[in-house]
Formats: sequence, structure tokens, C-alpha cells
Amino acid sequence: MTINSPAAAAGRGTPPRGRGRRGLAGWGFTGPFLAVFALVFLAPIGYSIYLSLFQDRLIGGNSFVGLDHYQQAFQDPKFWSGLARVALFLAVQVPIMLGIALLAALALDSGRLYGKGFFRVTVFLPYAVPAVVATLMWEFLYGSRFGLVGDINRAFGITLPDPLSPHLVLAGIANIVTWEFVGYNMLIFYSALRVVPHSLYEAAAIDGAGQWRVITAIKLPAIRGALVIATIFSIIGSFQLFNEPAILKIPAPNAITTYYTPNYYTYTLSFSGHQQNYAATVAIIMGVITMIIAYAFQLRGMRKEA
Amino acid sequence: MPTATDAQARPRTHRAGTVPRTRRRVHSVDRPRRSAWVTLLAGVVMLYTLVPLAWLVISATKTQKDLLGSPGIWFSGHFALWDNIRQTLTYHDGIFGRWLLNTLLYVVLGAGGATCLAVLGGYGLAKFDFRGKRTVFALVVGAVAVPTTALAVPTFLMFSKMGLTNTPWAVIIPSLVSPFGLYLMWVFASEAVPTELLEAARVDGSGELRTFVRISLPLLAPGIVTVLLFTVVATWNNYFLPLIMIKDPNWYPLTLGLNAWNDQAATAGGQPVFNLVITGSLLTILPLVAAFLLLQRYWQSGLAAGSVKE
Repeated sequence: MTINSPAAAAGRGTPPRGRGRRGLAGWGFTGPFLAVFALVFLAPIGYSIYLSLFQDRLIGGNSFVGLDHYQQAFQDPKFWSGLARVALFLAVQVPIMLGIALLAALALDSGRLYGKGFFRVTVFLPYAVPAVVATLMWEFLYGSRFGLVGDINRAFGITLPDPLSPHLVLAGIANIVTWEFVGYNMLIFYSALRVVPHSLYEAAAIDGAGQWRVITAIKLPAIRGALVIATIFSIIGSFQLFNEPAILKIPAPNAITTYYTPNYYTYTLSFSGHQQNYAATVAIIMGVITMIIAYAFQLRGMRKEA
Repeated sequence: MPTATDAQARPRTHRAGTVPRTRRRVHSVDRPRRSAWVTLLAGVVMLYTLVPLAWLVISATKTQKDLLGSPGIWFSGHFALWDNIRQTLTYHDGIFGRWLLNTLLYVVLGAGGATCLAVLGGYGLAKFDFRGKRTVFALVVGAVAVPTTALAVPTFLMFSKMGLTNTPWAVIIPSLVSPFGLYLMWVFASEAVPTELLEAARVDGSGELRTFVRISLPLLAPGIVTVLLFTVVATWNNYFLPLIMIKDPNWYPLTLGLNAWNDQAATAGGQPVFNLVITGSLLTILPLVAAFLLLQRYWQSGLAAGSVKE
């Protein structure tokens, strides 16, 4: 691989010189991205903040209400219940998913696996499945009519708990999300493990280190960056939970409320409730909370590295 | 399917038991023994991944009646796959084909454009020093953490004022920016394109654009394939953005269309078409699965390079 060649290693990073004409070339390359970025990221964020400070009324038109919407959100039990739900989801689903992904990546990297190429590709495949299709598939599998749950019930003459019932549907969603992303995270970890210098393993073997010691003392520290990145993406993903509950709302209308997750709440507010100003406020609060938690985690994760 | 790099990195193990104890050290580093336990553990994960996919393939061979009347994970007597595919493609005057074309349009323009912008931008950030670069970095990294739904509502309102909603542009334009793609390309370009090579080209009088096309682009190829695959998956699988932007079923992508078919069973007077939902789902995932399998050597080496720094 080119990345391991000495020339590439020497050329790492940016040249110290070359402002001026060449700086202009830098802007030339980066400019197109930034222009579209400004249109689809910066402008909507700015517009969102503007919306959150105003209220559109049928009588009286658009009026400035300051931080009223923010106050409203902090006292809104629907918002808090959604937030608590995604926080619980984050606390339970993310460690399980990343744990399985890490185990699978370590198994792959250990070289102790029969048929590793086949394993790597099949476990990654669900990433190519759209969330809509994955949810539809699991919705059928969960079903007691022609799904797996129904098959098991009939085969063993039992009645399994219904994954689409109100108290189990969050676990049902967690299973779908785990299924979708376990392979993706495995691959992130595996790619990071692949570039750990093999001389480290040889040195460890000479020192008489066992497999477990190699994993805890060499492999895990070496891929800390990948672990942090994967966790941050999972935190962001959990707070953004929308597709799976939105699609499962049809088969499980009583289990999934219109404010099941903060994102779903935002969607309902703006597209069914016509409360765009309040929806923008909820979205901004969620964005800020996500950034704070992702950032705090990144600081923690990176500090340990030093 | 092991790739060439796998074969180099991990030569085949010796026959178990024939290696003398004194050589165990060598054995445990680069030529470990295959382990039944590790394989078993991995097998459980693989089973978890494969069972739903197997169910999808098997179910696509059944008629709607057999779906309800036969065990989920095994074939029924009547093999209806070809009939299901024909029905899926012709149902409602062949709207599925239209959705497929829409999805292709969104992917070619959206993911293609996003990849071009990410490659140019990532290369610019990696290989040029210019004022404001730190600000660009902060903005883009911050953007990754912004929930897409936080952007969706204001983007919808903006686009609706510009008259873009319910047109393909409402889906394509927001798909053009991939902060993750830019980041991946940035890291990749820093590693894969030696600055000395660029300096040499400049000394020879080559312009920046020409240097980029002739020298850098070939070196960036594995990174480009990686970014392209991730943006293609993101666009092909996108549900939320078209859900809010597109009301006209004629502009639906596959994801929205399949969900509409599924909802049909739940609406009053609607006709359930579970066999079409299932066969349509299978047809939707096949192109991506094929792309991943065909291109895996390229995108996996690109991903490995992307993970060096982090």
C-alpha cells in the first residue's frame, strides 16, 4: 500500500511555505465545497436560529418572541421523554454494538479465523441495506404471522414476547440499529488494527506476552482514535434516531408516540403540527446537546491517550 | 474472498501440530494457529447478520399467500421469484422502475457531485497552506455533529420559498456536501500524495490543476473509491430528506416508494402487497451489495489509509 512507503510518510502534513499564489490555488480547490457547504449547512443553521426567536401567528403575523420557545422546550415533558429515551438507547445499545464490533474486529485481526474474507464481507453487508429496508425486514421478522417470532412460537408451542409491544419496541429498534451498523464499526476498527506495526507484536512475543496482554497493552491503545471516532458517530446517530421509529409507527402505532425521539418530535411539530418555529428550537437544542456530549467524549477519549 | 494484501500480511498457517514448540514464538506473531473458538464466536455474529438477509431472499420467492402460510425461513412449494419480480416491475404502471431511475438520478448527481467536491476540497486542505484553513477545519468538524434533522426543517422552508421542494433538486443539492467524505479525503491525501512530488512538478512548470489531474488523481484513486462508495450508500439509502422534500410519488426514490407500498396494507381499503415490498427490497439492496463486493479491494485499502491518523 502506498501509505506505508517512506516517501509518503515523509510527505505527510502540509508544506510550511507557499502562501500567496499557491494559497489562492488552495482556495480554488476548497472553494466549491465551501460554497455548497455554506448553502446547505450554514444558511439553514442561521435560518433555524432566526426561526427559533420568532413566532408566526395567524393574527398579527411574524413577531419576535426572544427566548420564549427555549423556555417552552425546557418545560416540555414530550421533549424530555424523547431525550430520556434516546439517552437510554445510547447508554445500552451503543456499548453492545461497539463491543460486538470490537470483538469481531479483534477476531478478524488475530488471523485465527477460518474463512475470514467471507466473514468480513458478510458482516459488513447490512451497511448496504437502507434503514427503510432493514426496518421493513425486521418488522416482518418480528411479526407473529409470517416472521421468525411466529415460526419459533409455532415450532415450540410457546408465545414469545412481542418485540413491537410498547415496552419492548425500544429494544426492537436497538436490535435493528445494531444489525445495521455492527459490520460498519467492525471495519473501522479492523482498518485501524491493520496498520499497527507488526514489530510491536514480535517484541511483545519476545517478552512473553499472551494474546490477552497483546490486546489490552498494544491493540486497544493503538486504535483508541478509531474507538473515539466510532463512539462519537454512534452518539450522534443515537440522538438523531428517526428512520426506524418512524417506519415502525405503522405496525406499532400505540407503542410509538409522535414524540418518541426528539427528531421525530421535530418532524411532527413542523410537518403535522405546523409549529415550525418551535420545531426549529427543539432541533437547535438537540444539536447543541449532541455537540456538547460528542465534544466532551472526544476530550475524555483523547486525554487518556496522552 | 481474501484480498492480496491479506495474503501477504498473513501467510497460511502451518499444519497444526507439526510445529515444534521452540518455534512457537514465530507462530504466535505472524502465523497464528487457526482457532475453532474464535471461528465459532465469529460464526455467531455472522449468523446474526445473515439470517435476516437469507429470510429476505427466501421470502422473495414466495407468493403473498405462501408468505402467510409457510415457515418464514424456508422455501415454500411454489417458486414465485420471477413472477414477483415481474409484478414488482409492472405494479401501478411500473412505478418501481420510475423510482429506480429517480434513485439513480439522485445518486449520480448527488453522490457523484459530493465526491468531486470532497476530493477537490480534501486535496486543497491537505496540500496547500492558506489563510482561514483552521476555520474551515473547525466548521467542517462541527458540521458533522449537527443533526441532519436540525438542518432539514430550515432547509425545507428555504427550499420551499425558492420553489425547489417537490423537485429532484431538493434531494440532490443537500446531498452534495459530505463532511465525512471531505475529512476522509483530507487524511487520505495527506498520506498518499508526497509533497516532494508536487514540488518537483512545480519546478518543471506544471500548473496546479494540471499537477492535480496528472499526478495526484491517480494516487488518490483508492481514497476516491472509498468516498464514492460511502456517498453512494448515503444517497441510495436516504429516507429522511426525500420524505420531507418530495410529495409527488413520481419523484420518490426507492426507499420512500417501498415504505409507501408497505403502508398501503395499514390504510383503510388499501391492498396489502407484502410480496412486492419484499421483492422490491431485495431489488433495492442488490446493486449496493454488488458494488461493495466488486470494489472491496479498493475501498478497503482507502479506508485503512483513512484510519492511520485517527
